[in-house]
Amino acid sequence: MARKHPRPEVSRRKFLAGAAVAGATTALAPPAAKAAAATDASITAPRRPSALPPTMQVAIAETATPKELPRIGGVPGSDFMVDVIKTLDIKYLPSNPASSFRAIHESLINYGGNKMPEFLTCAHEESAVAMAHGYFKVAGKPLMTLCHGTVGLQHAAMAVYNAWCDRVPVIVVGGNDLDAAHRPPGVPTIHSAQDINALVRDFTKWDDTPVSLQHFAQSFVRAYKIAMTPPYGPVAISLDAGLQQEPMRNGEKPYIPRYVPTSPPQGDTGAVKEAARLLANAQNPVIVADRAARSENGVRLLVELAELLQAQVIDQGGRMNFPNTHYLRRPPTAVGNADVVLGLELTDFWATVNAYIDNGEHGVGINTSRIKPETKLISINASELLTKANYQDFQRFQSVDVSMPADAEATLPALIEAVKAAIPADRKAAIEKRGDAARKAYAEQRERTKQAAALAWDASPISTARMSMEIWAQIKDLDWSLVSVSGVGFNWPNRLWPMEKHYHWLGASGGYGVGYGAPASVGAALANRDLGRFSVNIQSDGDLMYAPGVLWTAARHKIPQLAVMFNNRGYHQEVMHVQRLSNFRNRVANLGNDMGPIGTSIENPDIEYHKLAESMGWWAKGPIKDPAQLGPALKEAVAVVKSGQPALLNVWTQPR
Amino acid sequence: MRLVRSFGPAALAAGLALGCGGAFAASAEKGKTAYTQHGCWQCHGMQAQGGLTGPKLAPDPIPIEAFTAFVRTTNRAMPPYSEAILPNDDLADIHAYLQTIPKPADYKSIPLLNQ
Repeated sequence: MARKHPRPEVSRRKFLAGAAVAGATTALAPPAAKAAAATDASITAPRRPSALPPTMQVAIAETATPKELPRIGGVPGSDFMVDVIKTLDIKYLPSNPASSFRAIHESLINYGGNKMPEFLTCAHEESAVAMAHGYFKVAGKPLMTLCHGTVGLQHAAMAVYNAWCDRVPVIVVGGNDLDAAHRPPGVPTIHSAQDINALVRDFTKWDDTPVSLQHFAQSFVRAYKIAMTPPYGPVAISLDAGLQQEPMRNGEKPYIPRYVPTSPPQGDTGAVKEAARLLANAQNPVIVADRAARSENGVRLLVELAELLQAQVIDQGGRMNFPNTHYLRRPPTAVGNADVVLGLELTDFWATVNAYIDNGEHGVGINTSRIKPETKLISINASELLTKANYQDFQRFQSVDVSMPADAEATLPALIEAVKAAIPADRKAAIEKRGDAARKAYAEQRERTKQAAALAWDASPISTARMSMEIWAQIKDLDWSLVSVSGVGFNWPNRLWPMEKHYHWLGASGGYGVGYGAPASVGAALANRDLGRFSVNIQSDGDLMYAPGVLWTAARHKIPQLAVMFNNRGYHQEVMHVQRLSNFRNRVANLGNDMGPIGTSIENPDIEYHKLAESMGWWAKGPIKDPAQLGPALKEAVAVVKSGQPALLNVWTQPR
Repeated sequence: MRLVRSFGPAALAAGLALGCGGAFAASAEKGKTAYTQHGCWQCHGMQAQGGLTGPKLAPDPIPIEAFTAFVRTTNRAMPPYSEAILPNDDLADIHAYLQTIPKPADYKSIPLLNQ
């Protein structure tokens, strides 16, 4: 977009067009000379080019560094943009500053008073988007971020992909200077692109490039609405630097559209009835939930449905769907005995009912079914409404018997009523009996879990079960929220901490892009801070090293959290891949001087995470290798966090 | 390692031969080193306690014959280890090490597991 001239009388675009015409005119030779030249050309001169080189005037107008713009009078366009943003109650704006959005940045902090949204300084665009990701999973409200249109958006892209896969709304606004004739040359031009949104189009729900302030108002409200309609997802807006920077035209009065939330899509009535019929008549129905519950009400609804059917529930953990203290909670193997499986917002239905073992001949894995051939499958999944082609997050295709492209939480009330109506009177006693068996199985499983946790209890480095229970001892009386366990190769908190509220567990990154945990934990802790909750983050070492600058953001903006390092000194997800291939090829894995195959260890030297955190304003302690020292250190750290500061303990742990 | 498959006759024979040979005395001390060098700890933990990625191996490891057969032929989540990369002597030492790992305390005696 061309910038308008700051003085309304003559637009800059018109001035330049005029200059170009003048230049062209100047370039033309006088008629007599022209005639002579034509005569000469017809005789001897080679054919002339169809376009003449520009005159000095034109060349300067097109290529020289523009003069400093006159001071802007009138209402800046970016002030109006702030007015639009403020109608949507966006509380924070995590961002790394950049010239391509300097005008709206200035408007946000000066005209907008740096409130709603408040600018949070980030050290990396990926951190900014991941903070918004974590924030939403606690607050249920989206944040926006601003980033440099090319380099910033490229930094942000991994976090945008995580948000896409995890069905989380984030409003990503990229500054871009489209007008090649007027943008500053050099770096700002390198940082401009025709279509910055193309970078993330494969994994955003929608994007736009507004060309006027009225267009911006429509785009921004539309972007918010689309992001917040299930299936949620990130959206992108390319924001032209000229449009931000120029004043509104005299008399220009753009309106701000009113935001009205879209109702989440519910399952078709007929499909709901058929699903209810199958479930009500099943001998052993099993419910599998991944991102089914996004609120306390979602958890309550799922408990109601499970108890109505006395159906076992497998929680795959995309969200906290079902309390782990409930006797109907079962491990993933429970699908094996099911005759009906109800899948709610599953990332991967195929892998829910099939197994893949990476241990076949010639490097090809082994596929086996986990379920009986006659098992009926029901799916309620809003993601079916939003499938794109390039990135393969849609997983393998799984045929199901009843498929509802609908939001699970919104469909549950209708499904519960339909199940109540469908349960035959003579089935009620059998259903109750299922519950008795589930209570017994649950109690036995709890015993086994606790005994398993006792193994290596006094080991050094510290066992992951011991670490989990030492943490629990310090937070159990608080209103706690486990904000991240990203990259953590154990599940003791899920097995041993009583998780009953939707904010007790927030799920993983979605796209499994390493580096999500630290920034998402800070975003979630920010939301918890405002709600008066205590945030705990079990922080893996490899994850933190992607962009540790977010530690500074947490300290700078006084976002308290207890971060306990799961410091196993390696990329253990990858260790076994190299070991596996070495075995397949009958070669001894080369460890170099490390404990894991070369390239998979984070040691020699060991990273002193406590010093890293301390340098960025955190209270920190470590390394803690003796399990007896962990409890007292945690007690100290918890007191610090309660005082409003972030605290980190560097704990050396067992590998998993 | 979970023994959920039937073993091939050759592998089982190899395991039996290893278990009954008695040509050398397995060393728990060497076994601890071999357990680390061959990467067992990566999935099963440094005290063979098991975890999300691999079951516990100790205390009470499975008999050496079954242990050997599984290690040599598994097509479960764990990749097989041939004799070329994990010699029989090392395997026997590892098993000897696993046998020395004591039973854990009853969880009921651990206050943190009874909160």
